[in-house]
Amino acid sequence: MTAVDDLDVPALHSERVRPWGPWQTALAILRRDLFVTGREFPIFLAQVILQPLFLLFVFGKVLTQLGYARPGYAEVLFPGLVALAAVLTGLQSTALPLVIEFSYSNEIEDRLLAPLPIGAVALEKVVIAAMRATIAAGVMFPIGVWLLGSIPWSAGAAAGVVVMTLIGALMGAAMGLVLGTFVAPNRINVTFALVLTPLLFTGSSQYPWPSLSHIRWFQVVCALNPMTYVSEGLRGMLVPNVPHIQTWICFVAAVGACLVLTAIGMFGFLRRALG
Amino acid sequence: MGSENAVAVEVSDLVKRYPKAPVDSVAGISFRVKPGEVFGFLGPNGAGKTTTIGILTTRIRPTAGHARVAGIDVVADPVGARRVLGVVPQQNNLDRSLSVRQNLLFHASYHGVPRGLRKARADELLSQFGLADRSDGRPDDFSGGQIQRMMIARALMHAPTVLFLDEPSTGLDPAARLFMWDRIAQLKSEGTTVVITTHDMEEATTLSDRVAIIDHGKLLALDAPAALVRDMAGERTLDCTVEPGRAVDGSAVQGALMRLAAVDRVEQLDDPGGAWRLRVYVQGDTAPLLAVVAQAIDDAGGRLTDVRLGEPTLEDVFIHLTGRALR
Repeated sequence: MTAVDDLDVPALHSERVRPWGPWQTALAILRRDLFVTGREFPIFLAQVILQPLFLLFVFGKVLTQLGYARPGYAEVLFPGLVALAAVLTGLQSTALPLVIEFSYSNEIEDRLLAPLPIGAVALEKVVIAAMRATIAAGVMFPIGVWLLGSIPWSAGAAAGVVVMTLIGALMGAAMGLVLGTFVAPNRINVTFALVLTPLLFTGSSQYPWPSLSHIRWFQVVCALNPMTYVSEGLRGMLVPNVPHIQTWICFVAAVGACLVLTAIGMFGFLRRALG
Repeated sequence: MGSENAVAVEVSDLVKRYPKAPVDSVAGISFRVKPGEVFGFLGPNGAGKTTTIGILTTRIRPTAGHARVAGIDVVADPVGARRVLGVVPQQNNLDRSLSVRQNLLFHASYHGVPRGLRKARADELLSQFGLADRSDGRPDDFSGGQIQRMMIARALMHAPTVLFLDEPSTGLDPAARLFMWDRIAQLKSEGTTVVITTHDMEEATTLSDRVAIIDHGKLLALDAPAALVRDMAGERTLDCTVEPGRAVDGSAVQGALMRLAAVDRVEQLDDPGGAWRLRVYVQGDTAPLLAVVAQAIDDAGGRLTDVRLGEPTLEDVFIHLTGRALR
């Protein structure tokens, strides 16, 4: 081989020319996920918006117009559906992909063999899922305006609403991390059915939690669903005149749930990833 | 890079016992792989090969012992170890959402290969592996052999010092298998250390500079394939077909052969229509004994009509060591 050839052929054993740390690897992995999400963005949107869209349409518009729900119900429902979109999209963006990647496709192996701590691979999954969930929740606002004509909003609450939505998105992603790593692949279908429906209806998204005081046992059940605090937090900030759990309690409970779920999910992830 | 380290892979007293398992999957293995060597792990399924590779590639935590890849302790510094090692797994784990080319490019980006270099390297590897014309296809549309090639190409994108291949030719057709063997030989010539696991004797013999025979988590033997075979005493054979001449039965011939100093034992094989087939187990090289054996048969009243020299293979070594056949 001549010297000229050597220049043409990329040297397989060349020294690395720039410093490279785990952070850069994590960002490279995130870039791959953004690339794939971006390429399938319309499908992704359709996937995540359809359920809250129909809930908002049927419960907020149809039932109200038919007179089965009180005129103000859409205002109570809307913040709850933002919370629902955030939490459920987050959950679905981690749980199902993880189950598939750990059992059928093994796709995750290329990341587990990349030069970054294994835990960072799990955290990246949570981050990308939370990004998707935030988009899904954010899209609820224009949809709400379009369907309902107007949505509850106050400029002063904007920052709080954004932060609570982000927390909801992270919470859902962390729930998905737990589900995706603890549930056996052959049980994922039944687990999804058993988990999603109760989660959907005990998260105080369709009703204000304090109004449940007459159905005490259900109120207790709802208090155990961390999504309740996201729904109530958003409701408190967007429609403060509706009875709601105090906002600071919502923030503390939601952040606490996020941390606990992430810790459990990380444990599950490390258990699956390391033999 | 590799030549600076005296050892490419170093394993000492490695033990792995999985939770709730009654026995160790890896039961105290020690070995060293030299830089630029092709090192073969030969053993039946469940012998502990994949677990050992799993530990070396930071995916499985050892119960005890030490393992270093390119001088880096895989337990103390798994991130550092993952920089210098490449893995070609048994099962397809390509990114189904990406094209072949994107699989290579993103893998390189995870490992910090600069953009310009990773594009050039991807082009080079894609054409080397005969994938250039279909590099925009998704992995799901390819055959097993092509998937295997993609995974090797991907593993080479970050120029690993040590490449691990787990059962690389399982499920490949003969052509794809030969292609892969050529690639491995080429990698070796370029100075990459290659560690492969296999339960294929031919693959182990053809590819490996040294072979480690492993069973029940223990290292039974470790040497060059030829040396392992050479050390097998008493397993060289002469298969003789003898026609009855003056002798009335084979036992006289058998007895005459038994009296030769170099002969360990003689077995009568089948009896194909009048001729006797005898397997003569001998010490040392077979060829110099031919004349002696022929003479002994003649003296005993038989007539030697056909003879085949049997040299032991790696398979014989394996059976000798483990007491059972691989397949």
